[in-house]
Amino acid sequence: MIEFRLPSLGADMDEGKLLEWKVRPGDAVKRGDVVAVVDTTKAAVEVEIWQDGTVSELLVEPGTTIAVGTPMATLLAPGEQPGAAGAPAPKGEAKPPAGARKAVSPAARKRAAELGVDADSLAGTGPAGAVTIADVEGAAGKAKAPAAVPEVADRGAGMRKAIAAAMSRSKREIPHYYLSETIPMRRAAEWLAGANAKRPMSGRLLMAALQLKAVALALAEFPDLNGTWREGAYQPARAVHLGVAISIRQGGLVAPAIRDAQSLALDELMAALADLVKRARAGSLRSSEMSDPTITVTNLGEGGAESTFAVIYPPQVAIVGFGRVAARPWVDDGAVVAAPTVVATLSADHRVSDGHRGAAFLAALAGRLQEPEKL
Amino acid sequence: MSPDELRPRVLAELLKIAPELDEGELRPGEPLRDQVDLDSMDWLNFLIALHARFGVEIPESDYAGLDTLERICAYLAARIPKPS
Repeated sequence: MIEFRLPSLGADMDEGKLLEWKVRPGDAVKRGDVVAVVDTTKAAVEVEIWQDGTVSELLVEPGTTIAVGTPMATLLAPGEQPGAAGAPAPKGEAKPPAGARKAVSPAARKRAAELGVDADSLAGTGPAGAVTIADVEGAAGKAKAPAAVPEVADRGAGMRKAIAAAMSRSKREIPHYYLSETIPMRRAAEWLAGANAKRPMSGRLLMAALQLKAVALALAEFPDLNGTWREGAYQPARAVHLGVAISIRQGGLVAPAIRDAQSLALDELMAALADLVKRARAGSLRSSEMSDPTITVTNLGEGGAESTFAVIYPPQVAIVGFGRVAARPWVDDGAVVAAPTVVATLSADHRVSDGHRGAAFLAALAGRLQEPEKL
Repeated sequence: MSPDELRPRVLAELLKIAPELDEGELRPGEPLRDQVDLDSMDWLNFLIALHARFGVEIPESDYAGLDTLERICAYLAARIPKPS
């Protein structure tokens, strides 16, 4: 018998409210399947399972708020028979129709759970066809527009509280050190312009994709920056699950991971980034993306910031920041020229690494960005 | 289609990206990205949406000239394929 528990969904989340089950007793599940949707202060998170098996019993009712680690369901391992003391036999109920999951705003999903509406079955009228609170309430025949206001306000307040807790913990516990390096970007910009000129619009790359890939590759030589600090000890990570700080339009931010970023081709990384941004803003993320970033990258150049010295997201031990890519004075071969540059920064945990290592990492990052064709 | 006729259609695509946008607060002739919170991913998605809706391929080298709503509408108006 396998016990399926609510996984950690990030350092700043210790509980979640079960919105819906995606499985029923008797359903076969395999590693990576989404089995439930849990509402957190940051998003409605699709919770994945990491073992194969058959769902035996669902232990938690939708609408219940549970702590991380709470058993949510039991499963039979492959080949295992229901025990005599057993699990209830599968009821043979009809499965929900298969199909692509709709974008449903977190608040709408929450409201749908309250009203007993299947949000995924509705036609959305929001951005990109997302199902909104109005759609849900319309479907339930209870169009109460004003109710939307407290829902959204709750989400915003909850997210602020979660960010406050994580960042306070970071500044309280992590001895940060900060470094910056100005990196010439002419080669990367020219390579990108040349590559995009040959691509259809939907296949074009953003500079952010190059920056993310360069970080992921540079980290290969710096295991002391890519990992987590738990219970007084550092655990380097085997892969680079690159947390990407994504601002939410209504305020706040999330930093879900692009998993195994070091082994993704640029096109794949760009597609993953576009998908992650879209889902983060629709409030639909997966538990693995929330729980296991090994380092985070934040890019505040979009808003015009020259550079950013970011706060580490615990239990990670480093965060890389990029400012705006812009033409600035640059000394090239003894002459001052106008050249595109970016200020890259590193905030790192002094318990795990020293400034010397951090500086070497920024130099390696700068080197990777001088060879964009190898990214 | 004239730039004026295109304007509400272009705005409709922009609203899908930035639902908080208040059309009445847009100042004519000013760069959109100075007025609306659009990062480069939003901008790329906006241009892809315009391409999908109007059938106009927009080379990246033209992006810089497409900063205001008026310029975008004029650009599209000059390039939308004419019905044969």
